[in-house]
Amino acid sequence: MKFEHKDLLGIKQLSREELELILDTAVPMKDIIKRDIKKVPALRGKAMVTVFYENSTRTRTSFEIAGKYLSADTVNLAVSTSSVQKGESLRDTIKTIEVMGFDLMVIRHSMSGTPHYIARNTNLRVINAGDGTNEHPTQALLDMYSIREKKGRLEGLKVAIVGDILHSRVARSNIYGLSKFGCEIRVVGPSTLMPPEIEKLGVKSYFNLEQAIDGVDVINILRIQKERQQSGLFPSLDEYANLYMLSPDRLRRAKEDVLVLHPGPINRGVEISSALADGSPSLINEQVTNGVAVRMALLFLMMGGSRDEIIN
Amino acid sequence: MKLLIKGGRVVDPANDIDAVMDVLIEDGIISAVQVNILDREGTVIDAAGKIVCPGFIDMHVHLREPGFEYKEDIATGTRAAAVGGFTTVCCMPNTNPVIDNAAVATFVRERAAKAGVVNVLPIGCISKAQAGHELTEMADLVAAGCVAVSDDGNPVSDASLMRNALDYAKMFELPVLSHCEERSLTKNGQMHEGYFSILYGLKGIPAAAEELMVGRDIKLAEMTDAHVHICHASTRGSMELIREAKSRGLKVTAEVTPHHLVLTDEIVGDYDADTKVNPPLRSEEHLAALLQGLLDGTVDCIATDHAPHHLESKDCEYDLAAFGISGLETAAAVVMDGLVNTGWLDLVRMVELFTIGPADVLGIDKGTLDVGTDADITILDPELTKVVNPAEFYSKGKNTPF
Repeated sequence: MKFEHKDLLGIKQLSREELELILDTAVPMKDIIKRDIKKVPALRGKAMVTVFYENSTRTRTSFEIAGKYLSADTVNLAVSTSSVQKGESLRDTIKTIEVMGFDLMVIRHSMSGTPHYIARNTNLRVINAGDGTNEHPTQALLDMYSIREKKGRLEGLKVAIVGDILHSRVARSNIYGLSKFGCEIRVVGPSTLMPPEIEKLGVKSYFNLEQAIDGVDVINILRIQKERQQSGLFPSLDEYANLYMLSPDRLRRAKEDVLVLHPGPINRGVEISSALADGSPSLINEQVTNGVAVRMALLFLMMGGSRDEIIN
Repeated sequence: MKLLIKGGRVVDPANDIDAVMDVLIEDGIISAVQVNILDREGTVIDAAGKIVCPGFIDMHVHLREPGFEYKEDIATGTRAAAVGGFTTVCCMPNTNPVIDNAAVATFVRERAAKAGVVNVLPIGCISKAQAGHELTEMADLVAAGCVAVSDDGNPVSDASLMRNALDYAKMFELPVLSHCEERSLTKNGQMHEGYFSILYGLKGIPAAAEELMVGRDIKLAEMTDAHVHICHASTRGSMELIREAKSRGLKVTAEVTPHHLVLTDEIVGDYDADTKVNPPLRSEEHLAALLQGLLDGTVDCIATDHAPHHLESKDCEYDLAAFGISGLETAAAVVMDGLVNTGWLDLVRMVELFTIGPADVLGIDKGTLDVGTDADITILDPELTKVVNPAEFYSKGKNTPF
């Protein structure tokens, strides 16, 4: 089976079979990361560029090292020192990158739909590395990979997503992905960060953390952004922590073998307690490793490979 | 010079005419509307199978001149109007400089007389510099030919100023056109707030942001006994408020746009900025309410809110794109195709909404085939089908979602 899309713009657009293809392909990729000699020649002669209009530590680095492990040439366009600062339009920037001969572009942008706009205007393959409040597909893929690896399956799991549901692209991509595997998804957060229409996406929404995590297999905690408090959506970080910070104590309501995920970077003492972040149910560091594997799988599938090739 | 339009279906709602008739025009004035006029002198237009109606009026158009000629100018905008079937357009004052004084209004009218091909009636600002603080010299604006006042696009947030504007405009029988938007609720908004804004991850513009100001302006019109006209009403709540105000005999009128009648927020999902417009494309329930408003008389007219933009302000990130749809050249076809041919709206009502409807809102002597009036006439070909091709638009604004 091959990955048939020119671009990866969102989880929304993918079928369960396509998601499985990516996750399955990531399994041998993770083995490569653990080797002493990590480089395989799979994408030798291919070139990719990461273009991040928003700050990022793990996603950008993860894409870059994923490309390098597969022998692709990887370039990072530093937006803050580029001609964007001279007022170059996005369209012209993209064209310039395209004609340098790249095969694939990884784009992060603060405005929803920008990867879709770019994909329409370039022959390059485009991967959405997070667009505004729309989607963050590779984060959802690595979350699904991490859950599946530990639980052995995704089907039928109860997953709670905690925090700023309104603005979270991670929440949306997770909802789209997990619901394709028949997970029971609960979202929980303050009402000002919880759009009522969210239930139309097939999830159940809660305002109370204890109720939401009751009996769940997985808890995915979202980063809370300080700007949201400043724009009047909740009164203080202290009150937020009182209501929604996950701690080992609160975790007792969940299943005993519950997994705790967080896309990072974490705010210790706000959405997650330090004890929990560093504790055994936490997959936070494992997620980062899996992020590299999933991105290797995606780069490999999108720049020409099929899953069988990498296994052989 | 004589012109005879023969054998068309004449639809003149103001005169309750819907029959196959001839229209005779002499020196630009309608001289007869009768069955089978015999006249051998003039040019004859064979209108058999066509619909002959009063010239369409679009009371909400942005011609962009002066100041934004790269988006549109009076020459191109009025040609787009003519192609779209409009013989009269009212141009909004958010030009540069804005139409907040008689000199700019006079400039627009003189440019229209020279470069334009349809009647252009300017709309003056409510406030000086459209800044929302001090009233414009409305007597002067009226003397210079303005037919209404509006701070369109820059809603009057100060209720006290709006009260005074309504009260003052009343002396000149000037309708005050209100773009209803509570800005504190629409900040950074990109599309209608609802299921699809969640699905597409775009900041929502709630229906309530429009309805709050519709409600306010109705109250202010009531207390001042003045005429407020609600621009581009787009929500069910606005329809309810306007309907209720009309039932109490208040001087409240309203327009809706063709795009709000046939397009929903679902189509924003491609992030093609040609779908970005303010007020935003709404959801199905709102569409249904607007249609109901057309049918029961809550809505007085259809207006395009023709908002031409240059390519660069639409060919970009969705959040950065300008709001607006270039609507003059598609309006009649959109309503005909989307509402009349599908059986929702009867043709006579459609013609009413494009002719006597807006003329009555503005209090101008247009929108009829009355003998002795200017021969502003639109002929519709109900059989004509064309694919929308923005490259062929007369308008400089190629920004169409159709």
